[in-house]
Amino acid sequence: MLLIPCPWCGPRPENEFHYGGEAGIVRPPDPAALDDAAWGDFLYMRSNPKGLHRERWRHQYGCGRFFNATRDTVTDRIAGTQKP
Amino acid sequence: MKFSLFALARQAIGGAPWPAQWRDPEPRASYDTVIVGAGGHGLATAYYLAKEHGIRDIAVLDKGWLGGGNTGRNTTIIRSNYLRDESAAIYEHSLKLWETLSSTLNYNTMYSPRGVLMLAHNEHDVRVFRRHVHANRAQGIDNEWLTPEQAKAFCPPLYIGADARYPVLGAALQRRGGVARHDAVAWGYARAASAMGVDIVQNCAVTGIARGPDGAVTGVETTRGAIATKRIGVVAAGHTSVLMAMAGVRMPLESFPLQALVSEPVKPIMPCVVMSNSVHAYISQSDKGELVIGAGTDAYTSYSQAGGLHIAAHTLEAICEMFPSFRRLRMLRNWGGIVDTTPDRSPIIGPTPVPGLFVNCGWGTGGFKATPGSGHVFAATIARGEPHPIAAPFGLDRFRTGRPIDEAAAAAVSH
Repeated sequence: MLLIPCPWCGPRPENEFHYGGEAGIVRPPDPAALDDAAWGDFLYMRSNPKGLHRERWRHQYGCGRFFNATRDTVTDRIAGTQKP
Repeated sequence: MKFSLFALARQAIGGAPWPAQWRDPEPRASYDTVIVGAGGHGLATAYYLAKEHGIRDIAVLDKGWLGGGNTGRNTTIIRSNYLRDESAAIYEHSLKLWETLSSTLNYNTMYSPRGVLMLAHNEHDVRVFRRHVHANRAQGIDNEWLTPEQAKAFCPPLYIGADARYPVLGAALQRRGGVARHDAVAWGYARAASAMGVDIVQNCAVTGIARGPDGAVTGVETTRGAIATKRIGVVAAGHTSVLMAMAGVRMPLESFPLQALVSEPVKPIMPCVVMSNSVHAYISQSDKGELVIGAGTDAYTSYSQAGGLHIAAHTLEAICEMFPSFRRLRMLRNWGGIVDTTPDRSPIIGPTPVPGLFVNCGWGTGGFKATPGSGHVFAATIARGEPHPIAAPFGLDRFRTGRPIDEAAAAAVSH
């Protein structure tokens, strides 16, 4: 189980958190202006890197707030977390 | 050499030691086709390319040893009772190949159709599984609904009492489902492919995909030198995103650790495979006597081949509730494999936007059962340059055209 440093609450066990997937995927402001490929990219395509991964977490059973983390997907070591 | 009663007798009376079952060649400078990934799916692809399409100038590359990834890490469950017609077609295609695979390969894959029982623990499960039973009947695939008493009769260790922590409200049973020996599948395909001239190159990691001025693939860079080729089939499971990124292709995949465990070996007690969707537990008994237990995935993407202990503990707690007689068993070992999951929980098989580059991935938590069928339709897809009819609905372009094949409800793990 990971020990995740919530930027508001400090280190807490993983099962207090909800994983939110890759960070930085912004919903296009005007979906109707996109073609199918661009909309499909937004919905489905993910970096899925082997190495450092920028990702979203929510401290669901704690402060309830979202934050971003940088984690190495090979070692699962969390390099840092940032308030949004 | 061919395995037979005669060959066995000759060895028994003191022949030469059994020879190596496949060659261990140095990679050549070029091949007609390169398959990346020497797991069951990749080796099956090479086998069917050689056997059915006459393409024998093939290298199968693997960064480790053959069958050392998810092929050697799964819980070996085979079934075809999926919901959607497209899925039922490909998994049933595979199941039919399983039924004759040992004789086809002249290698005992130990396929054992002992029945796969999927437990319904709540009203939602009941409705979903009964829908599956009806859909499968329309597809001509065996799947039947059992009452709790019938489930108990089929699988005596199962506890169905009214006070059960996870009450059994019924079960779906596919009698033709079962298990096979995972290593034997990889070894059988490797042996047969190698005998037809396919080079299986182990400890050879692909580090780059070379492309010509027109964008088409021209070869691969590897830790054992460059290899020229005009066709590449990527069959790399959890590492597919990493390999496809070498060709600049983004994939709709996320890789998660999926865990399994085995208990100490005991005498035969578990006559079938039991799957429980709601509590993320699968269980069967290997021929060695170990209970083989499949757990869930971790919540976050990862390439570490070890999941969190709390995931395995949750599964074991559920197993102990459903099978009280297993409570005193000790677990011998646990491990993880990296599974590549798609948004619709269905695989991706077919060409890619890069000419000459084909991909077979996204099998998620349930790829083992598909090994023969996957290799068979992927080989046809590579040989013809266009999707095999059974593979056609599973193209990468479905995430652009909006035609996903939603099997989220059909899998036993919420991946």
